[in-house]
Amino acid sequence: MRIAVGQGSCGIAAGAVKAYNVFENNLNLAENELTVTGCIGMCYLEPIVDVYDGDCLHRFVRVGEDAAKRIADAVNRRDFSDTADIEISDEDRSFLEKQTRIALRHCGIINPEKIEDYIADDGYKALAKVLNTMSTEQVIDEIKLSGLAGRGGAGFPTWFKWNAARQSEGDCKYLICNADEGDPGAFMDRAVIESDPHNLIEGMLIAAYAIGASEAVVYVRAEYPLAIKRLEKAIGEARRKGFIGNNIMGSGFSCEMRIKAGAGAFVCGEETALIESLEGSRGMPRLKPPFPAQSGYWRKPSNINNVETFANVSWIILNGGSAFSAMGTENSKGTKVFALTGKIKRGGLVEIPMGQTLRHVIFDIGGGIKNGKEFKAVQMGGPSGGCIPAELLDTVIDYKALSATGAIMGSGGMVVMDSDTCMVEMARFFLDFTAKESCGKCVHCRLGTKRMLEILTRITEGNGKEEDIDLLRELCLAVKDGALCGLGQTAPNPVLTTLKYFENEYIGHIRDKQCAAHECTALLRYEINSDACRGCTLCAKKCPVNAIAGTVKNPHIIDADKCIKCGNCKSVCRFGAVEVK
Amino acid sequence: MSCNCNSKSDFSLLEPCLAEYGSVKGSLITILQKAQEIYGYLPTDVILHISKRTGVKVTKIMGVATFYSQFRLEPVGKYLIMLCQGTACHVNGSQQIEKTVNEYLGIKDGETTEDGLFTLKNVACLGCCSLSPVMMINDETYGSLTPEKAVEIFDELKKRAGEENL
Repeated sequence: MRIAVGQGSCGIAAGAVKAYNVFENNLNLAENELTVTGCIGMCYLEPIVDVYDGDCLHRFVRVGEDAAKRIADAVNRRDFSDTADIEISDEDRSFLEKQTRIALRHCGIINPEKIEDYIADDGYKALAKVLNTMSTEQVIDEIKLSGLAGRGGAGFPTWFKWNAARQSEGDCKYLICNADEGDPGAFMDRAVIESDPHNLIEGMLIAAYAIGASEAVVYVRAEYPLAIKRLEKAIGEARRKGFIGNNIMGSGFSCEMRIKAGAGAFVCGEETALIESLEGSRGMPRLKPPFPAQSGYWRKPSNINNVETFANVSWIILNGGSAFSAMGTENSKGTKVFALTGKIKRGGLVEIPMGQTLRHVIFDIGGGIKNGKEFKAVQMGGPSGGCIPAELLDTVIDYKALSATGAIMGSGGMVVMDSDTCMVEMARFFLDFTAKESCGKCVHCRLGTKRMLEILTRITEGNGKEEDIDLLRELCLAVKDGALCGLGQTAPNPVLTTLKYFENEYIGHIRDKQCAAHECTALLRYEINSDACRGCTLCAKKCPVNAIAGTVKNPHIIDADKCIKCGNCKSVCRFGAVEVK
Repeated sequence: MSCNCNSKSDFSLLEPCLAEYGSVKGSLITILQKAQEIYGYLPTDVILHISKRTGVKVTKIMGVATFYSQFRLEPVGKYLIMLCQGTACHVNGSQQIEKTVNEYLGIKDGETTEDGLFTLKNVACLGCCSLSPVMMINDETYGSLTPEKAVEIFDELKKRAGEENL
């Protein structure tokens, strides 16, 4: 049998290495194969162990050391009759079954550190097909037929960018992969690199061939050490097999590949800022035009694509562009990977054809809101995106349809929120992020995000003014209009969408000094319900600022002026007498 | 930033990196990353040395070092706590974990404990969103945090540091 222990970053953080060690020490390794896979994307079930018994798969979830021992015994005895309780449930099985995996097709299935696993599943066959039988125009035509659009968030037609770079003059061109993945809440690129690095490499080599580049660089954010390690290993393996370097597969096409680690700057996800960073400078965007296709890395023609975009290329070449465009909608073809997180029951990576509804992803696949709470909004597109409310849950996943809501498809982050999430605080949270990450080059973004943050902070602290809402809107439109790059141009989106769909919360904060979600501490009032209070004095004892007065067996009272809203009284009260308003 | 221009860093440790990248254009960030790996942060004398060896002006190096959040111009504690401030972590209670660090270890964002063991740094999304709230301490990732779990982890590390000193 083949025992595969999932070891993506999340799996490892959940204890996968400990489980692996148990297998190493207890499995009959003479008869069975123990291996490592990457991230299958069912993060809420990690650590995950797959046991392949011929064609039969036993998938074990939440595998701690005890469970690992039980599984090892079952494998050695070839008897799984008493491990059913730790196998995946039918409900959880549906999380994967409802997906259509193309970019993620090998993730969690193959060993990312063994090129042989990749080759065994048609690995590098697409590259061979391209180098042996297709011209650069034919490759680009196939990508055009597929309708593949940039998966990093901009959704720009991939074939167009490749073609522009191909047509640019010059014999020195660069192919760059944007693996900066700075959107908070997004980790699909990390999963691809940690779990299927060869798929990325193959896609990049095909693109390099198409545009005529002889050097490829992967810009990976510093916060992904495991991804960098696995990719480095994969590049080494590919080079040894002759897939990277001179005269690849005897075709006459040569291409070198290297990794460049980022150093922690969200703005470097913007392609021209990324190029500046590659050149060793501060990551400050350049004015476009000229576009990278004409003047990019070291002012040479360059093409930059996101990891997920490249992860679709080999499949498209092998199966044909029409097979890809058969899925999806009129203007959004193929599949898209989403990182479903937040207040969701089943969180993880979801890859589905474009055209399904948000409701389907969140409720049918994700299982809805955890802890029985109510859905309030889903944040899509990270700091460039927006919050989509319940009444728009039937919005179809499609670039245009999502833009129409005020949000964007973005890189695929989907953070689900319930009634305990304050939407004004959410807007403040995103502006805090973009103001910090603003490179400072242009006035509109540098000052605009700072001022928007100041206003939002005042509102969440109970110091909002009537004119703040109009001022916020005015600032938002000015920043969108005047900012140099995508960071500034989209920074106002979280504010604009929350103003559009949750204006009542802003008004509540400003006019009534109330936070409906009970999240903004400054606006909370802790009160003791005198009917429920038994006068046990515990809260008074636990209050760090002596704000509670009362005698034994008599109802206690909180002095609102002294109260710092730490919540201690509520957490120690055994009678539920402390109310938060 | 405290002046430490009288301190002497061992430049020979950086020599292999400078030999490989010193004259390769565009390598400044790579060199700074290697230097930080070696010295734990970017001491002023190291920055001056890099400028001398590569020809890149000190102002440019400082511009790059202060632009990227990875670079530190001050030494950090033995354990660098990187607390994720991503959206999913925020929604699932990262503020409570931060409060726990503030209260239990007595340090705020950017500060180091008196005994030099822990430094707290709030960082942007670490990409382990399904395990939110998350923190990384040096190279280890800790997920599904609660205030109690965080305290357990800090105690365990304190113990480990104590044992290493014996």
